[in-house]
Amino acid sequence: MKPLPWLDATIVGIGQVIPRVKCFRLAVTLDRPALAGQHVDIRLTAPDGYQAQRSYSIASAPSPDGIVELMVEGLPEGEVSGFFDGVAEVGDTVALRGPIGGAFVWRPEDGGPLLLIGGGSGVVPLLAMLRHRAIAAPDVPVLLVYSVREAAEAIARDELDRRRRDEPGFDWILNLTGEGGRRIDAALIGQALERLGRPRHTFICGANPFVNTAADLLVDAGLAPGTIRTERFGG
Amino acid sequence: MSTRGFTGRRPPEATRERLPPGQYLTADFPVLQIGPNPRIDLDAWRFTLRAGSRPLKIWTWDEFNALPRTRWGGDIHCVTKWSKFDTAWEGVGIDDLLADAGVAAPTAFALAEGYDDYTTNVPFADLTGDRAMVATHYDGAPIEPDHGGPARLLVPHLYFWKSAKWLKGLRFTQKDEGGFWEMRGYHMYGDPWREQRFTGD
Repeated sequence: MKPLPWLDATIVGIGQVIPRVKCFRLAVTLDRPALAGQHVDIRLTAPDGYQAQRSYSIASAPSPDGIVELMVEGLPEGEVSGFFDGVAEVGDTVALRGPIGGAFVWRPEDGGPLLLIGGGSGVVPLLAMLRHRAIAAPDVPVLLVYSVREAAEAIARDELDRRRRDEPGFDWILNLTGEGGRRIDAALIGQALERLGRPRHTFICGANPFVNTAADLLVDAGLAPGTIRTERFGG
Repeated sequence: MSTRGFTGRRPPEATRERLPPGQYLTADFPVLQIGPNPRIDLDAWRFTLRAGSRPLKIWTWDEFNALPRTRWGGDIHCVTKWSKFDTAWEGVGIDDLLADAGVAAPTAFALAEGYDDYTTNVPFADLTGDRAMVATHYDGAPIEPDHGGPARLLVPHLYFWKSAKWLKGLRFTQKDEGGFWEMRGYHMYGDPWREQRFTGD
């Protein structure tokens, strides 16, 4: 593989996705094609040369259009996310390195059925897979199980509903864990497997306890561990 | 060129001196792995030292735990940018493993192999001389499955993806063979102080 250079990425669009999450459309010329599920490193530089780097999943489908979409949760303590949430404007330029990561990726030729399980902002790389599938492999059956505390915290809810309406073979289950809801459990996993059939590939992304629970339930349900890929955040 | 409006939150000088370039300090212990936690039965657990495909020595869990113990304390650095200070580990030094097997390192390169089929390469020179161990304890307790228990490799002077979780063996290879991440664009060596994150860094 060739060295991975730092690139200039200019913010060309900002949108509010849910109250705590904004999306950023970055114009950047990647020197290699991205895969759905990959992430990029973002580096910010202070006037005195001090730098901070963080990783963000790509939300957009791989595309030659020179636009990469990221979604950033505005964490009050976040050194880089705080910049995105409170300072960044259209026209600003940040340093970007990527695409990075070759484990949590889905390629159209990998096929399906495809089971995607996301918790909170962990849905972002799964969204890239859904968007890519719709363009490149619309025949692949896919089910998304998306767990959030309350419906208002679901990223891209309108898009997911629209895709369910317009795209045969795509369905999604919204699971609410807040008051009156439930955490992901064997019954929910059973329901997902019944609806989709046995997945060839499963991708799980979210906070570590959520990912552990989902992965263990799927192994309990008889899925081969090697078909399950995980991406975790948080301690 | 600086980023408009970014001032940053510099950690105290004492922290900055211990942080390799591009890293930040966390008090958490984030979990990163490619799939589910493998299910490991200690009765069936084996640790195998191989030269290529040829086993040099196989230890059961009881045999492994009868080997001399070693301790290490210090800072660890993950390629995903977090660093954690003052971690405390206990396990079996690689030198003690080789001594128990009664062999010298047959080649200069090793591939660590996990129960989840994860692999990562480390030059043997980086495993010897008290620089690495097969750790069974973290912070005084058996290592939790999330962090690679019952036994994981610990090579703390390299990025932590080199410290393979759920270790089942070390395989000496004739040449420096890349492992799981090294075949996917990550650096063959991974020195955090030289910021060797990706191929060509």
